[in-house]
Amino acid sequence: MDDIDKKIINALQDGFPICDAPYRQVAMQLGLLEQELINRLKALLDNGTLTRFGPLYNAEQMGGALTLAAVKAPEQRFDEITDIINAFPEVAHNYARSHELNMWFVIATETPEQIQQTIDAIEQQTGLTVYNMPKNQEYFVNLKLEA
Amino acid sequence: MLDETDRKIIQATQAGLPLTPQPYQAIAEQLGLTSDDVMLRLAAMKNSGSIRRIGAVPNHYKLGYRFNGMTVWNVPDEVIDELGQQVGRLDFVSHCYHRPRHLPEWPYNLFAMVHGKTQQAVDKQIQQIADLLGDSNLGCDVLYSTKILKKTGFRTSNRPVTD
Repeated sequence: MDDIDKKIINALQDGFPICDAPYRQVAMQLGLLEQELINRLKALLDNGTLTRFGPLYNAEQMGGALTLAAVKAPEQRFDEITDIINAFPEVAHNYARSHELNMWFVIATETPEQIQQTIDAIEQQTGLTVYNMPKNQEYFVNLKLEA
Repeated sequence: MLDETDRKIIQATQAGLPLTPQPYQAIAEQLGLTSDDVMLRLAAMKNSGSIRRIGAVPNHYKLGYRFNGMTVWNVPDEVIDELGQQVGRLDFVSHCYHRPRHLPEWPYNLFAMVHGKTQQAVDKQIQQIADLLGDSNLGCDVLYSTKILKKTGFRTSNRPVTD
C-alpha cells in the first residue's frame, strides 16, 4: 500500500458519486487516470485491504432486522460453538472478544420475527443462553479509518 | 417504499459496484433498465436512508488498526440520549448505540466502537469518552476483538449488505 492507495482509500470512504463516469470524476480529483484508479481499487479489493466497495444498505430501513447478540462459550467448547453459530446464514459477523461473554455476533434477517427464531435455534443447538442486545437507539454509524 | 426494481438494483449491487468506467450503465444493462433510472433510484435510496453511503469499507487490520475495542458504559437512562449523541460525535467513534442491559451481570447500556493502531491510542480515546460522560459513567468495560470468526462481505440471498 503506497501513498496513492492511501489517498484512494481515504477518498472512497467519504463516498462515491452517482454520475455517468464516476471513476473518472474521482480520478480527476485525486490527480489519477481513470484506469489507474480502477486497477488500484481492484487490487485493494483482491488483497483484502478493502472488504467492500459499493452501496451500503440500511437493513432496517428496508424492512429487515438486525441485532447484536453474545454467548459465554466455555473455552473447551469454543471451536464447536463457533462452528454451530457460523453455520447460520443469518449470522453476518462473529467476533471473539476478551470477556466472559466471549463471542459476539450480528444476526441479520428479512423480518423481525426471524431474529427470535434464530436466537431460539442457536440456544437449542448450543445449550447456551443468548444475550440479545438489539439497539434501542442509534446515535452514530460511520466507520471511517484513515489509511 | 422500495419497489421491485429497487430490490433488483440492491441485489445486483450486493457484491459491490462494477469496476468498469460506467458502473451504473453496467448495472442498467444487466437489469434491462436505463442508466438514468438506476442513478435516480440509487440517489433516491440514498436520500431516504435505505443506502447509508456508496463507498469503500476497509479491513481495520490491513490498515494497521489492530486495537478494535467495543467500549461499553453504564449510563443513567434519563441522560443516555443526550450523552449518546455527544459520544457519537467524537471523531474516533465509528458506531454508537443504546442497547438493553442484562442485569445483574451486564449493566452496560451505551456501546461505542473505537479503533486504534496502538493500545496507547485507544486508551486515550477511552479516557476521552470517560471524561465526556463524567459523573454519568456508573461503570465501564472494554471488549477487544481477539479474532474475526465470521465476516460475510456480501450475501447471496436477497438480504441487504450493511455496515
